[in-house]
Amino acid sequence: MMEVTQSGSAQHAAVLREFGCEHSLLSRPDGSASFVQGDTTVLAGVYGPAEVMVSKESFDRATLEVTLKPKVGMPGVAERSKEQCVRQTCEAALLTRLHPRTSITLSLQTVHDDGALLACCLNAACMALMDAGLPMHCLFCGVCCAIDQQGTIRLDPTAREEKESRAVMTFALDSTDCRVMMSSTKGSYTAAELQQCIAVCQRASESIFQFYRDSVSRRYCKA
Amino acid sequence: MLCCVKEKIGEAVLPGDLLAFEIQNSENKREKLICGPGLRRDGEDVFVCKSGILRHKEPNLYWIDLQQRRYVPAKGESVIGIVTAKSGDVFKVDVGGSEQASLSYLAFEGATKRNRPNVQVGDLVYAQFIIANKDMEPELVCIDSCGRANGMGVFGAGGLLFKVSLGLVRKLLSPQSEIVKDLEKIFPFEMVIGLNGRIWVKAKTTQQTLIVANILESCENMTTEQRRSIFGRVSENVL
Repeated sequence: MMEVTQSGSAQHAAVLREFGCEHSLLSRPDGSASFVQGDTTVLAGVYGPAEVMVSKESFDRATLEVTLKPKVGMPGVAERSKEQCVRQTCEAALLTRLHPRTSITLSLQTVHDDGALLACCLNAACMALMDAGLPMHCLFCGVCCAIDQQGTIRLDPTAREEKESRAVMTFALDSTDCRVMMSSTKGSYTAAELQQCIAVCQRASESIFQFYRDSVSRRYCKA
Repeated sequence: MLCCVKEKIGEAVLPGDLLAFEIQNSENKREKLICGPGLRRDGEDVFVCKSGILRHKEPNLYWIDLQQRRYVPAKGESVIGIVTAKSGDVFKVDVGGSEQASLSYLAFEGATKRNRPNVQVGDLVYAQFIIANKDMEPELVCIDSCGRANGMGVFGAGGLLFKVSLGLVRKLLSPQSEIVKDLEKIFPFEMVIGLNGRIWVKAKTTQQTLIVANILESCENMTTEQRRSIFGRVSENVL
């Protein structure tokens, strides 16, 4: 899917890298999935609704915990901030009021990072939550885009493109209205560029949601 | 995504899909609709909250068929529990859900305050939920409404307990289950199936017990022909 539009002096190249996913690949968690975008691969496992420690329990909703482990080294501040972004998106999409006083644990493992890591984590999390059979009122997907020094918007940048660009943005979009659920941005950009990036990401998210649908129908029709 | 429900029966649906039902008569007649697991009502709309295949049973029952592994207690379901503690007048039973269920010592056939049932920590019990909702602690009983045991109670001297997915136990418990019929032909064995995904089997020898357990665990992802060929091979080796 290649769209090249010319608006004024800026040219936008809106191409997502090839993506793929695998369901239920781990035997111990209640739901698991792996999502691949180009070379970036993230593995997600979900446990829940399970027992919760009394100190963390919430009387009217499920407590969601997210852990993200990098490929090498100990998790640091960058991982913690990504965990919070994923956690807030998942809490908005899950029907947590159906399971009060329980805990839902989502573990993410970075298998390879080649750019757009937070977007890939969001996609893997959504597939794993669906695989575990947790009730959700909408699906969500993550899309990453970068604005390079010339002002071109690139979708799904690789790690090298991220380093060379002046702004990197990740949005979580919901499936019912394609609205922005969460945004995480880094760098300098104008308000107009932000709106253009959101529009480009919303168009790209349609192909991701179509992929979710095809992947789920292929999984259930095989069984 | 709004979609007409009749087109989607038998197809996979995703969370967030809104289902539109055709109203037969445009008068003010209201039709009753029963939404099973996986469907939720939001005002006037019915939307899907879990991904799976949409099923329909005449006249007005709709539900989502999904492959799930974690059990959530529901009233009226019969499950296999493991007794973990005895505290005062209740036993604490682990059923695989998010919290432990309680089982009163008076909820056994013929139990009175003086005649306590013989239940130890670590025993297996086959019981039914009388209270199971999201706000209260789940409660089990081992008697039915007339006070008879009806197959429930402590069991399991010997034998093997293992866990499978919830979809497989529903398939095994359905009235004309082919898997159970094929299994019966191989050799005789006892089996207790709990709706929380736990199965207990016991055959004459340990080896036969392990064979049955392995077959059941691998049955989930096989088609009918693969299963029949495996059963054929097993019965040849056993005899």
